[in-house]
Amino acid sequence: MKLLLRKVIGTAVVTEPGRPRDADIETLGHALSERVRKLYGRSLHIREVDAGSCNGCEIEIGGLNSPYYDLERFGLHFVASPRHADCLLVTGPVTRNMADPLKRTYDATPEPKFVVAVGDCAKDCGIFAGGYGVFGPVSSVVPVDVVVPGCPPAPRAILAGILKAVELRASGSVR
Amino acid sequence: MANRISLWLTVPLAVLVLVGGAAGLSGWSFDVVLPHVLPIGGGVALGLDRLSAFFLVIIAAGVLPCAVFAFAYTRHQKPERDGMTAALAAGMSLFIVSMACLVLARNVLTFLVFWEAMSLASYFLIMTENDRSETRRAGWLYAVMTHAGLACILLGFLTMAQSSGSLSMTAWAQAAAAIDPSKRNVAFVLVAAGFLSKAGAIPFHIWLPRAHPAAPSHISAVMSAVMIKLGVYGLVRIGFEWLGVGPRWWGVLILLIGAVSAVAGVLYAIIDSDLKRLLAYSTVENVGVILLGIGAGLIFHSYDLDSLAALSVAAALLHCLNHTIFKALLFLGAGAIVHATGTRNIEEMGGLLRRMPQTGALFLIGSLAISAMPPLNGFVSEWLTFQALLLSFRVPEQFVNLVFAIAIAALALTAGLAAACFVRAFGITFLAMPRSECVKQAHEVPWTMRLSMGVLAVLAAVLGIAPVVALRPLGYVTAQLLGEQPDLAFSLSGVVAGGSFAAIAPGWVGLTLAVVIFAVWLGFRLTGGSLRKRYYDTWGCGRAVHSPNLEYTAAAFANPFKRVFAFLYRPVTAIEIWPHGESRLFVKTIKYRHESRSIIEEGIYAPLAAAIRRTSARIRAVQSGNVHSYLLYMFLVLVVLLLVAK
Amino acid sequence: MILLVQWLLVVAGAPLLVGFIRKTKARLQGRCGANLWQPYRDLRKLFIKEVVISETTSWIFRFTPYVVIGAMLVAALIVPVLTTAGGALSLGNIVLLMYLFLLATFFLALAGLDAGSSFGGMGSSREMAVAALAEPTVMIAIFAISLRAGTTGLSDMINVLAGDRLLLLNPGHLLAFFSLFIVTLAETGRLPVDNPSTHLELTMIHEAMILEYSGRYLALIEWASAIKLFLFFTLLGNIFIPWGIGRTEQPAAVLLGLVALVVKLAALGVSLAVLETSVAKLRLFRVPALLTGSFMLALLAVISFFFLR
Repeated sequence: MKLLLRKVIGTAVVTEPGRPRDADIETLGHALSERVRKLYGRSLHIREVDAGSCNGCEIEIGGLNSPYYDLERFGLHFVASPRHADCLLVTGPVTRNMADPLKRTYDATPEPKFVVAVGDCAKDCGIFAGGYGVFGPVSSVVPVDVVVPGCPPAPRAILAGILKAVELRASGSVR
Repeated sequence: MANRISLWLTVPLAVLVLVGGAAGLSGWSFDVVLPHVLPIGGGVALGLDRLSAFFLVIIAAGVLPCAVFAFAYTRHQKPERDGMTAALAAGMSLFIVSMACLVLARNVLTFLVFWEAMSLASYFLIMTENDRSETRRAGWLYAVMTHAGLACILLGFLTMAQSSGSLSMTAWAQAAAAIDPSKRNVAFVLVAAGFLSKAGAIPFHIWLPRAHPAAPSHISAVMSAVMIKLGVYGLVRIGFEWLGVGPRWWGVLILLIGAVSAVAGVLYAIIDSDLKRLLAYSTVENVGVILLGIGAGLIFHSYDLDSLAALSVAAALLHCLNHTIFKALLFLGAGAIVHATGTRNIEEMGGLLRRMPQTGALFLIGSLAISAMPPLNGFVSEWLTFQALLLSFRVPEQFVNLVFAIAIAALALTAGLAAACFVRAFGITFLAMPRSECVKQAHEVPWTMRLSMGVLAVLAAVLGIAPVVALRPLGYVTAQLLGEQPDLAFSLSGVVAGGSFAAIAPGWVGLTLAVVIFAVWLGFRLTGGSLRKRYYDTWGCGRAVHSPNLEYTAAAFANPFKRVFAFLYRPVTAIEIWPHGESRLFVKTIKYRHESRSIIEEGIYAPLAAAIRRTSARIRAVQSGNVHSYLLYMFLVLVVLLLVAK
Repeated sequence: MILLVQWLLVVAGAPLLVGFIRKTKARLQGRCGANLWQPYRDLRKLFIKEVVISETTSWIFRFTPYVVIGAMLVAALIVPVLTTAGGALSLGNIVLLMYLFLLATFFLALAGLDAGSSFGGMGSSREMAVAALAEPTVMIAIFAISLRAGTTGLSDMINVLAGDRLLLLNPGHLLAFFSLFIVTLAETGRLPVDNPSTHLELTMIHEAMILEYSGRYLALIEWASAIKLFLFFTLLGNIFIPWGIGRTEQPAAVLLGLVALVVKLAALGVSLAVLETSVAKLRLFRVPALLTGSFMLALLAVISFFFLR
């Protein structure tokens, strides 16, 4: 206990300052009303779905919760149930077994909602493209709003992708 | 046809009892002795005073809805059972009459005659469906226990009669101070044992969980709601009136029995999957709560703190009335469920709230009442019992204070566990999806059944919001019994106990709750605008969760309790695995058994029964079948009698 | 009027307390953490969301959030927060308060069973077990307090206790405080009994029951949990350290009460945050041992009153 308290008091806040930049993200466009955008800009609950990934992206996403990247300071929060979520963070090439659960997760999420696909596998199945167990990219199962490419993408890029998805204006949708 | 006779017989009788009770509570009383009806023991002596009147009201409140319920419940019986239904009607009428006359009895003979009549009537009512061996065993055990109780009561009464020289209880009350205390103690223990076995307190309760499920539901309702209270009636009489003021250990004994009954009763209820046996164990729990009040009253009475004693007795009697109402409601609800689905096992039920909406809503009110949720009636009587126990610091002795602390802890634990028990009972039975085919076909029950339950639910709500209705008459009851009104003050807004110790305004609580909930809902309606609703599957981590196999089972719900209280349940676990013939690594069947045992039955009754059997086996040698030894016995007895008579 | 002000303070201030505890925990973990006002933003966002309801549920599922928030709002009416004179409606005493909390738990447990999922049932079962095992401790602690105060009415209790200068030196009083603190952890679902921010369903108690709720229903339930925590802390602060709370309806007394309340809540919040950061969640079947320990503390408090009389 003493050791713990000493460490806690001795270590300062280590979060990196500032907001991430817009680099390395592709956008597919999505219309969110102004009011929703403003609200989601301050409070966004995220449900992470692993649709058959190798967990490389999961480790990077896990890094977002660490004191260094600290996504909570932006009002983002990971939740346990899609019923509580506003945004789905999907990783992995969607395997055959995970296609149906992913669709159900999407349907279980209340409107307004959007999807961020993280990693090259989520974008176009990455190095697993054409495999016998692979169903297709995430966009073939649920409508995707932002794609964060990379294998795996850095936490900063993932954070930029999530925040971008909220900040998008009505610019027509390309699905 | 037969059930119409039953209705026309039992309902007027119940109404008559109700009228008598109401008259008695408003002050009317009588005392009548009929020496010609029975030429021995002073004849039949009946009298009405306020306590008897209160119990008459309890009897009527329990019997009347059940009589109405029986009309539709017994209607769909097979035609060859028509004779049985008529016999049931006769039995029920005898039952009502004997219970009513029991609380009016004023001497030993009258009391015991009606006690036995009540026991016999209830025995025949239990044995209605005697084509099942379970029912026969239950009836037999009930007969044995009730007659053992009768023997104890008889012995106790005779002890008092011998010491006081009279067979009339009022004479005992007057002569009590002069009687040797050890005789009074013996009488108290014997008579209390008899009454406690009728009330169903631990360790005399073993007949309850067998008899109540075996009887038809409206009979179970009457037995659980009304007959049990007559044991309490007897206890109140001997504790406070017929034996004079007792030493404090009487109260401590009753208090501890109450605490054990309350906790153990609800613990056995919480692991039971048979709906009616669950309710029977819950009756044991509520009897424990009533006994807590009575025990506290006895202790206060022995310390001459009579207004506190009156408060405790009032709390106990109020709980008697409340329990009658909500237990009858619950048993009738169980009867409706059994009628609609054909099963008593809650593991097979589920989703009944959609199929039987009114029965479900009424059962919910019963569950809320029995879990002592504000603003229903169970809350008021448990609150009063708590205040009576909390006020025990006025007793100057530390040992007694510690006993009361244990009682408070037991009552609190009971309250929490009862809530858990009825979340399980209501939730598994009525919510989510049906777990078996027969339940899927369930339908709503006839309107007479729903009406009887509805009346009880309304009574529960009324007594919860305006307990003054019952508490004011109870004040007079205790005034007559103990000489003092309870330490309660009534105002328009509520009840104040113990001077400034505790106050509650149950009517205002109910009103405030309702207003707040309505205001929140209205607020949403006005500002929320579009409440977009979408119906979708239950979240099961992405799996399709349409199967009832994935629902929580009743056994699983009770699992934390089974583990925490394993010292009481002493479970026996057995796992048997049958592998495939071809390879030991592939399992064909696994059988898992996790049974809880009853320590009281195993620890007390089984050895007792074994000892009786052993002794009788040895004594059986006397009946040798040899005429010569019988002649020898007769000669020896004759010699002994001649010697004694000299 | 004071009653309304106080009630609004409880209802509006509860999410701020939750935000404060989360911020403190974040700072102890060496990160920035969410904004202090984040819970308000979360609630506001939840009100505009769609509500997804499971097809297997009944009206109980939709009715429960209203009962839960109703019970908490009524409870907020009877706890004296800023002042003991006219600050609380005299609907009942502290026993009523505990039963109102139990009412909310009852309905929440039913709602957990209603959706027909394994998680909900498991959450209900565990929640009822923890609530049932915490009840004896609560009542014995109330007994201990009422022995000193001679009453169970909330305002009167505080008034009487405040008159005793040597209150904090009394061992019974301190023991009762610690036992009620452990009960607070159990009833509000905080570490080490239950982790409010866990994602693993097998470790959930309270969260498992609300997995099916969304939109405004979820907002109501989260708000009710915040109010429950606020009320428990207020009780702990005002009963065990009964100075600072106003005794009259004078504005000066009320303002002093407000300042005292803020100080007490901040102290309790910081200690909760430190506790949550330093202990791990207990295994579920070790929780009864913790609750039995708190029961023993409360019983000792009662015994110490009788032997030091």
